[in-house]
Amino acid sequence: MEVILAFVVGALYTAGFYMILRRSIVKLILGLGLLGHAANLMIFTIGRLTRGSPPIIGHEAETLVGPFADPLPQALILTAIVIGFGVQAFAIVLVKRAYETVNTEDFDQMRSTDLHEA
Amino acid sequence: MLLAVLSGFILAILAPWLYKVGRGATGWILAFLPLGLFVYFVGFIEPVAHGEPVTFTYAWIPSLSINLSFYVDGLSLLFALIISGVGTLIVIYGGGYLAHDKNVARFFVYILMFMASMLGVVLSNNLMSLFVFWELTSVTSYLLIGYYHEKPESRFAALQAMLVTGGGGLAMMAGFVMLALVGGSWEISTLFEQGELIQNHAQYLPILLLVLLGAFTKSAQFPFHFWLPGAMAAPAPVSAYLHSATMVKAGVYLVARLSPILGHTETWLYIVTGFGTVTMFIAAYIAWQQTDLKRILAYSTVSALGILMMLLGLGEHVAVEAAMVFLVVHSMYKGSLFMIAGAVDHETGQRHITGLGGLIKSMPFSGVAAVLAAASMSGLPLFLGFIGKELIYESTLESHIYPLALTGIAVLTNVLTITAAGMVSIKPFFGQEIKTPKHAHEAPWSMRVGPLTLASLGVILGAVPFAAEEFGALLVGPAASGILNEALEVHLHILPSAINNIVMLSVVTVLGGIGVYAVRGLLGKVVAPLNAVSAVGPEKWYQWTLDGMMASAKWQTHILQSGYLRYYLIITILTTVGLAGSTLILQGALQNLSAITMPEAQIHEILIVVMILCAIVLVLRTSSRLTAVAGLGVVGYGIALLFVLFGAPDLAMTQFSIETLSVILLVLVLYRLPTFTNFSTRFERARDLVISLMGGALITVLVLIETALPINSRLTPYFAENSYTLAKGHNVVNVILVDFRGIDTMGEITVLGMAALGVYGLLKLRLAKKDKTPEPDVSKPEPISKPTETYTPMPVKE
Repeated sequence: MEVILAFVVGALYTAGFYMILRRSIVKLILGLGLLGHAANLMIFTIGRLTRGSPPIIGHEAETLVGPFADPLPQALILTAIVIGFGVQAFAIVLVKRAYETVNTEDFDQMRSTDLHEA
Repeated sequence: MLLAVLSGFILAILAPWLYKVGRGATGWILAFLPLGLFVYFVGFIEPVAHGEPVTFTYAWIPSLSINLSFYVDGLSLLFALIISGVGTLIVIYGGGYLAHDKNVARFFVYILMFMASMLGVVLSNNLMSLFVFWELTSVTSYLLIGYYHEKPESRFAALQAMLVTGGGGLAMMAGFVMLALVGGSWEISTLFEQGELIQNHAQYLPILLLVLLGAFTKSAQFPFHFWLPGAMAAPAPVSAYLHSATMVKAGVYLVARLSPILGHTETWLYIVTGFGTVTMFIAAYIAWQQTDLKRILAYSTVSALGILMMLLGLGEHVAVEAAMVFLVVHSMYKGSLFMIAGAVDHETGQRHITGLGGLIKSMPFSGVAAVLAAASMSGLPLFLGFIGKELIYESTLESHIYPLALTGIAVLTNVLTITAAGMVSIKPFFGQEIKTPKHAHEAPWSMRVGPLTLASLGVILGAVPFAAEEFGALLVGPAASGILNEALEVHLHILPSAINNIVMLSVVTVLGGIGVYAVRGLLGKVVAPLNAVSAVGPEKWYQWTLDGMMASAKWQTHILQSGYLRYYLIITILTTVGLAGSTLILQGALQNLSAITMPEAQIHEILIVVMILCAIVLVLRTSSRLTAVAGLGVVGYGIALLFVLFGAPDLAMTQFSIETLSVILLVLVLYRLPTFTNFSTRFERARDLVISLMGGALITVLVLIETALPINSRLTPYFAENSYTLAKGHNVVNVILVDFRGIDTMGEITVLGMAALGVYGLLKLRLAKKDKTPEPDVSKPEPISKPTETYTPMPVKE
């Protein structure tokens, strides 16, 4: 399964790179979202996949035993998801303001910080 | 000792305030510091002459064994005496020379800082502190050459001197680091014992070349000599002090100082003597063809530095003795001649010798000093220069390599030096009077003290047997002993005991010099065609190098800093792919790929993967914003499903909720934005696709290699064992987040909080334009009021 996911991760990165190379500012944001997913899935895959055994200690036990999913990448990804959301939310609002202010979504037209005449 | 070295810096800081009090007399007041230092160093003469070097050590960066340590032996003492002694006269002279210049306080700051740095260079025992002081002299020299900063040629010359000497300084530092590693110490006095070890080390040649590069650039040896004549853009006191008596001798000092460590090998002999010989002749040859007083002196200084290098390269007892005598001789006559040249320029407004003549009537004191100094420069009997020149001929005749050729070149050099001496003393002061731009009159006393003192010292030491003997025993002997690292007794005699070859050479030299002086006009015309060579000379190399560097900087900035986000990204992606990819291939990591087994997967897992891939294609290809957002949402949900299947319920829950939130947010915002527009051409899209594929492929390969290798984590077993026992939690992921890595989570919360504040701020932002009062009518400009320190509300116009 890791092999298959390696290609999914590659596809996500390819799509993410392609989108952030566009001139449209909205596509940049979508690209950032894709890259975020790609990174999370990559960390998850590298931590190896274990089917159906979450890292939760049973009520009788004191330590995790037997096959269990690695908790460390999960902790990292959990943080990354939340931070990624924060970044994305900020970027979305920033784009909205920028668009309202300079009245273009083309990066190449955003040449100065001066306001467009309304 | 620390105070003695640093006092110059301290006084430099105070100099501008002292100038406000002292005004025209500031030079006389400030001169007390170098004078005090001179007296302080005189106190060392007696103990040092008895062969007892004095060391002082102050810890600076002990962890790197870098100390502010000072070592006073005959060699450093002789330099320290020259620096503080000439420094005294220069500060007085500078006060007079720049009396009417509004920036004179700045001159005092720079010159005192320079003096302190220069003292640091010659007294440092630690290689690294020597380097620091060395570079400080380059910096202060830059400031002093560029003193007339409003003139472009001053700035150009300052930068040129800075780049040449600074570049050499960096090479020298590299040499020092290697030297310290090989020799096992940063302290020069300790390295003295390691000479043999270092000279037999494989890195001896690189060390030698790097250190000599520093010394040759600083002491203006061919082919780096060109910056020194350029530095004549500086005021006369600077030329007299830095560019004849002290700073340019730093390279000579370095070569002398490191002689016991690096010297006395075949390589050393050929390189140092070779470059010195070439320099002394070429510079003397250029000197007599100049007409500008200061340029004649500059080139003859370069020539003198070449002589010093040649002598130190030879390294025999008599050569070292000759070098030390000539060092003092040259500092005296060249310092005073530079000061006289400055005085002539100052009082007549003319610096070209073709426009000067018969000044002896209007400037008698300067004229007498000039003649005395020039006589010493020419090496006439009863002047110290004579003793120096005799010793030089003795050294070249005793040389192990090419004694006759060396002596021949030395005679030619001295002949041309005598010509130059005549041109700067006889020509301006005697002969027919020539009308000058300013009415010529004698310089003020502050400008007479320096030249007269230095010039008459040359006579006293050269004509009084007792003075010469003491000078040799107390100063030259210990200094030469410092270079040789063995005790050497020196006896100087004002006149040779018998008529021998050396005396004959002196006679030939003087006659030749007078001859060339007489026919110099004719000779100049004969050799003029030869000067076309200078079009491809070293100064051109400097200019080409500089231009080339500027052009390449411009080119690479243009390529790398285009200002377009996508080109930055392309460069980043391609660089990463190139570096990581080439490493993977070169290290043979790709072989790990053969360990990959055929994937085993269940049908629902395959379906999820297919769903994600379809959604990705959808996001890429759609022209509708809503579809793209939906596609992105599907990707997110698909990944959340994978989390569910592979034992990560926490991740799945978070991912589901966050993904929902982002889709809502995107839809809400994108609703207000225009539809997708295609800004790029088909070619650009194809290019970007190829680049993205390369990036994606790299990631895939990395993940494949990583997952094919056995995993070895020490953290995971730790968390598995201790989550419950230490932190009393059943859900290990949660325990990691809130307990083991609790502070990270605090940071995460902070980031989220700031993002929330930013979002709130951007949404609530009312652009200032709308709140502003209408701008005042441009056609009636208001008078610009001075900004006041207290805030006053703007008056409202009725």
